[in-house]
Amino acid sequence: MDSSTLFGISTMAYILAMITYITYLAFRKSPIGITATTITIIGFVAQTFAIGARWIEFKDIGQMGWLRAAPFTNLYESLVFFVWCLILGYLIIEFKYRNRSFGAFVTPIAGLALAFIDLTGVQKGIQPLVPALQSNWLLAHVLMSFIAYSTFALAFSTGLMYLIMKTEKRSEAAYIFWTVTTGIFIVILAAMGLDYLKFKLLIKSPDVLIKSYLFKASFFSPSGAVSVVSWIGAAVFVYLVWRYGGALKKVVGSFSLSSETLDEITYKSIAIGFPIFTLGGLIFGAIWADQAWGVYWSWDPKETWSLITWFAYAFYLHSRLLRGWRGKKTAIVAVLGFVMVIFTYLGVNLLLSGLHSYGGME
Amino acid sequence: MEKEKNKTFVDKLWDSLASIKLAIIIFAVLALTSIVGTVIEQNADPERNIKLLAKLFGASAAPSLFRIFDSLGFMDMYHSWWFITILLLFSANLVICSIERLPKILKLVKEPVKPLPEERFKGFGIQRELTVKGNPEKAKGTVMRAVKSSLGFQLAETKEGHGYQLYSQKGNYTRLGVYVTHFSILVILVGAVVGIFFGFKGFLNLPEGRTYSVAFSRGHHMTDTAEFERIVDAVDASSGNLTNAAKTLSMDVATLKAKMRSFGIQPLDFGIRCDEFSVDFYENTDMPKAYKSRLAVIKNGKVVLNKVIEVNNPLTYDGVTFYQSSFGFSGGIENAVFRFRLASKDGRAEDLNLRYGGSFTIPGTDITGKIEDFSPALGIDEQTGRPFTYAQQMNNPAVYVNFFEKGSRKYGGWLLKRYPATWKLPDGNIVAFNGVWGMQYTGLQVRKDPGVWIVYFGCITMAVGLFVAFFMSHRKLWIRLVEEKNTTRVIIGASANKNRHAFERKIDKLLSALGSDKTGGK
Ligand code: HEM
Repeated sequence: MDSSTLFGISTMAYILAMITYITYLAFRKSPIGITATTITIIGFVAQTFAIGARWIEFKDIGQMGWLRAAPFTNLYESLVFFVWCLILGYLIIEFKYRNRSFGAFVTPIAGLALAFIDLTGVQKGIQPLVPALQSNWLLAHVLMSFIAYSTFALAFSTGLMYLIMKTEKRSEAAYIFWTVTTGIFIVILAAMGLDYLKFKLLIKSPDVLIKSYLFKASFFSPSGAVSVVSWIGAAVFVYLVWRYGGALKKVVGSFSLSSETLDEITYKSIAIGFPIFTLGGLIFGAIWADQAWGVYWSWDPKETWSLITWFAYAFYLHSRLLRGWRGKKTAIVAVLGFVMVIFTYLGVNLLLSGLHSYGGME
Repeated sequence: MEKEKNKTFVDKLWDSLASIKLAIIIFAVLALTSIVGTVIEQNADPERNIKLLAKLFGASAAPSLFRIFDSLGFMDMYHSWWFITILLLFSANLVICSIERLPKILKLVKEPVKPLPEERFKGFGIQRELTVKGNPEKAKGTVMRAVKSSLGFQLAETKEGHGYQLYSQKGNYTRLGVYVTHFSILVILVGAVVGIFFGFKGFLNLPEGRTYSVAFSRGHHMTDTAEFERIVDAVDASSGNLTNAAKTLSMDVATLKAKMRSFGIQPLDFGIRCDEFSVDFYENTDMPKAYKSRLAVIKNGKVVLNKVIEVNNPLTYDGVTFYQSSFGFSGGIENAVFRFRLASKDGRAEDLNLRYGGSFTIPGTDITGKIEDFSPALGIDEQTGRPFTYAQQMNNPAVYVNFFEKGSRKYGGWLLKRYPATWKLPDGNIVAFNGVWGMQYTGLQVRKDPGVWIVYFGCITMAVGLFVAFFMSHRKLWIRLVEEKNTTRVIIGASANKNRHAFERKIDKLLSALGSDKTGGK
């Protein structure tokens, strides 16, 4: 089997697993839970083989050694690797804490990441490495960044669950925070889904980037009416999430996870991710830039956003040391930190012009 | 009175500079201002940012908003006075915070563990008890051996009323990990400052065959091109020796230096020459695989270093590093040297360098060839079948050669450097076209940064500090052995400042080992 078939299997498996985990949450029957875990493991194994197969294919096309054929060099491959790490981390936690409920929060992230690949029309083909990318530092940089991102994603899900569990009143700041964040998140995804549909329907040429279509089908539509309706619809949706978000509390409450455990997993994930991100994401990235261009730090948007992410997690770690900041406030920081991660990774490429977009010489 | 007031102000200032609250505020401020800096394009044409602001806030507000942002330094934000001030505040915060806490931490680190009174055993995060066979004397040996092998602790002992107290600690130095991390941040900042003050960043477009003893900084103001050229030539001619160069230019050294500074000319203490620039492509594609420059470093008229540099593989000499960064055409066809290798049917071979329009004879034959045309990137039009030049780079260099025998044209054709199949003539002789030399320049990024090693040292320190801070812990262990009849009660109290559960699990393992030891002893 070639890598794309295997990737297809794993994507299907993760989406199935997501549905099964959510069903499991609703009915709490252990056969359903076991099925969900099995499907996830099948997806994970398929994905592992897929990465291996792509590595071999890349080596043939890349006309270089094994190390240079590591399939972690572009947006598509790094997203795939991110999902792989995330699922691995989740499976470890599932076995360690003997608790499945949490799968319903992690598998959607995996499913969304993979769906995102199609939504944005990210290049999936294997491309030989341009000279700037031929660096061992780059490999270490990408690998470690994504391991760290996965731990941050875990911290994000546990942090969000913690907030859902711990907030009582609709007027509470923490409640408003998590409902509005979740609402906006879903709205943005839906808007991008619309863009994608429009893009698929109207544009046949592969040369046109979906980037220039971002939000043109909704918020920034040339038609004033569509735009106004989109904004109002988004506001109504966010309002509804705020109004009825409390229902989720029952769901999370039915997990046999205590809020202390959630807080602990959040902290531990960040405590593992932060050093890895510092070394791999920032330091190795700087060394690579130094080797390739002779500047270890140039304040380009991608670098700067990595630094902002780093500050966000330093903020998290230090906020725990302040009296009165344990719990909800730090969970908010953990959730915000991951918003920074997403923006560093995707927003910079999609929204900001950067020198940093993978590859290329000046 | 005045003095008293002053003191409290300084105290207050000190206290706020020592607080983590300030650190958190600074993290947030740095993050938020940096966000602005990534949205507004830094050091860009004003036009671009006005357009951007118009998109975000409307065309009418854009020009005045631009003026406000511009006067606040947002157009070159990371070098603005206020951003630097925040960084300074950040450093001060870090230093003072550490000074404030270090004595307490050092005490914790240095303090040896001491035996504890009985009642203190109630307050531990980890508490365990079990009974083992034998008197305390015997139990002591068993426990010490078990603890040594499973936890690696070397226990100290004190005699007590009804037995012994054993105690020890490990990883007390790991408490310093956080401080190492904080210190490393300062080191990195110092390294960056050293780089700014004692280094330079520049570039050099170096044509094949040329030697330069200078590099150029970006953004210099060229007011007098002729003088600029004269200075560059003089410095090159004297291989970077400014005294000699000043003499040639009949000015004094100080004036020369001042002029060079204003022109953005950075003298090097040696010459750098490009012997060849080339691009390797992935087979049968125009995807570049490697950009290569063969460089030579020349000192006192002698070549002291040869190296082929590539992207990700620079050359460093005398603290100055040359990075492969770009390339382009530096001159017309009149500079070009075409390189061939001729191989006749009967096995005679010859290397040849020719100018455009030049001719050659294939050894041992009457056949002559003449270069008639050249294309840096020859492609064939799919519809008409006609050759044309498809790129402004040396993607697919080709020469058109006409061949003659005794003055009459036999045949002609394009010879392509990347396609050896085109080198074979109908009569079996081979004319290998090995490329063109002298038409391209290699674009080098030139940098001298004595601070980079400080930065790297800081990075290593930070990695070590973070590892210690997050993955190692300070563990303490106390064990009381109390005599009962025929048995000994073992009371354990332990603590760990990080990752307590891991320590707890290890202690439980130890207990089950001791417990099975008891049954084994029966
Ligand atoms: C970006 C810069 C900084 C980084 C990466 C950093 C990193 C860290 C880390 C990893 C910890 C350990 C946290 C934990 O165990 O959960 C820590 C603790 C701490 N940090 Fe920072 N820090 C930074 C800046 C600062 C600043 C500016 C201050 C100034 C007040 C500060 C004060 C502290 C204090 C007081 C602790 C607690 C030390 C202890 O537990 O004894 N940090 N820092």
